[in-house]
Amino acid sequence: MIIKGDHMTYREGMEVIDSDLLEKVQSAMENYEYQQITGAEVEQALQKDRLSVTDYAALLSPAAARYLEQMAVKARQETRRHFGNAVQLFTPLYIANYCENHCVYCGFNCQNRIHRGKLTLAEIAEELEAIAATGLKEILLLTGESRGQSGVEYIGEAVKLAAKYFSTVGIEIYPLNTDEYAYLRQCGCDFVCVYQETYNSDKYEQVHLRGPKRIFPYRFYAQERALRGGMRGVAFGALLGLDDFRKDAFAVGLHAYFLQQKYPHAEISFSTPRLRPFINNEKNNPRDVHEKELLQVMLAYRLFMPFAGLTISTRERAGFRDNVIGMAATKISAGVSVGVGGHKSQDKGDEQFEIADGRSVAEVHDMLIAQNLQPVYTDYVRV
Amino acid sequence: MTDKLVIGGYEFQSRLILGSGKFSLEMTQAVIEHGEVEMVTLALRRANVGGQEDILEYIPQGITLLPNTSGARNADEAVRIARLAREIGCGDFIKLEVIHDSKYLLPDNYETIKATEVLAQEGFIVMPYMYPDLNAARALTAAGAASIMPLGAPIGSNKGLCTKEFIGILVEEIDLPIIVDAGIGRPSQACEAMEMGVDAIMCNTAIATSGNVAQMARAFKQAVEAGRTAYLAGLGRVLAKQAEASSPLTGFLED
Repeated sequence: MIIKGDHMTYREGMEVIDSDLLEKVQSAMENYEYQQITGAEVEQALQKDRLSVTDYAALLSPAAARYLEQMAVKARQETRRHFGNAVQLFTPLYIANYCENHCVYCGFNCQNRIHRGKLTLAEIAEELEAIAATGLKEILLLTGESRGQSGVEYIGEAVKLAAKYFSTVGIEIYPLNTDEYAYLRQCGCDFVCVYQETYNSDKYEQVHLRGPKRIFPYRFYAQERALRGGMRGVAFGALLGLDDFRKDAFAVGLHAYFLQQKYPHAEISFSTPRLRPFINNEKNNPRDVHEKELLQVMLAYRLFMPFAGLTISTRERAGFRDNVIGMAATKISAGVSVGVGGHKSQDKGDEQFEIADGRSVAEVHDMLIAQNLQPVYTDYVRV
Repeated sequence: MTDKLVIGGYEFQSRLILGSGKFSLEMTQAVIEHGEVEMVTLALRRANVGGQEDILEYIPQGITLLPNTSGARNADEAVRIARLAREIGCGDFIKLEVIHDSKYLLPDNYETIKATEVLAQEGFIVMPYMYPDLNAARALTAAGAASIMPLGAPIGSNKGLCTKEFIGILVEEIDLPIIVDAGIGRPSQACEAMEMGVDAIMCNTAIATSGNVAQMARAFKQAVEAGRTAYLAGLGRVLAKQAEASSPLTGFLED
């Protein structure tokens, strides 16, 4: 295996910004010794109105696993207080799945011989129309990470089309420079999702073997560049289970926390993708992320940053999604296809992962109503 | 009794204004009815006009819509949202919210003053949400606001009148209707604010998160009315402990 270059050195064309966020997050993460945390510290954290970083650390600890119910009760109260019973609905649209990166855990990686595809602008318009017909007003556009195959201008054109049909447009694409984010903002993009996968730089190096994604700090600073480019909101996440999920979740929270302090207007949200444990039993690695651990992370995010959005994806089963929505999660996808296109015509490319909840928008809408939750289709007015 | 709340020349019997963002829409109707509410806010960013769950379909006739500019991060965005509200037929009332902080959702008084000036000149009835600062309230008055809406506590916190002293100063010094917006968590707090001479209460989370929204709406209505009546009656004398000295301090005048 040829390892291409140092993962901490920026490549040509990658913008370097003046920021100390990475050092702050990494040093906090390195000092996070969750085995030392006691139940008493968890109880203290649960009594507070506003959680400190130390309280957040406590809620992610193994000791807090015994307090999951108390955390859930408090999280539900916080969610109600900040969001009422409102739940936002959206769907992702994959417009391309070409990728230049070799990430050992990912189905889209450039070494895999999967069916690659990219929608034409006409096809994108058809897909958008089909999605808009379901009543949705928020969309997340996704590509694989290939500047060559799906360049910024192509994505910009897709965003412009999407902005005609949807009141909120997000993107989940490869990291960009500030001026490129500013361009996509002008095209009508509102928020940017970039997942760091793991905040452990050594692990990051081991699993991102080649491609621009290998450059750890460039990815880390994507949200900050996006905000400097004028984006309204940014989303954070780690691929839980790729490394020590407690440390990674801790770093995700701090990344968002420090960035919001620096850019107070930024709308913050979290996603919680995970690597599924191979077999669902307790004998596995203690770092495995079963539903119980996943829930602990979601509750900790909610309690640490009660104002932040939290998205629950169709990677999780319906039973899990239906219970965490309104408790910790505030945003749910519906009518999901994770192939390239697939809403109007047949997929043009293979899926990145399998979905566990294939319910339509109408079905998810009805589920929310049955739980006395309020489906919210639009939460932004573009002026 | 002709004790009416007058905002921008419009008269209201009810002194309870309902925020709508945190209810299911069908609940809004029950709350309006049980709270005898006449004015309901409408987050324009949530108004899915002609689409799914369009709030405009749930507001009964005869209710004054108070569109708000939530989502606006600066004066310019707020002004544009207000104009859009007018365009889609929401009338001239505008609840001005300019928030540049996603964590605490505290209003930006400076940007709010700038937007008030522009919107008042365009004929809007501007009701600005603000942090209770006397200087800012004076500037809002000068800019043409129709009422002042100071926060009682951080929005959604249900913590009550954390800013009581400062709201009291606004009640004394500002001639416009003072409407406490944000933070009121229970009917007793609404009543307390009204006793102080606040003109109206705006409430959402406290009703939305209660076990029975219709009942809680009624409780708020009653509390607001009780507080108002007490204010009009004039609160009775309350003696502080050790209030009367055993030898009068002014006794020397008789020496």
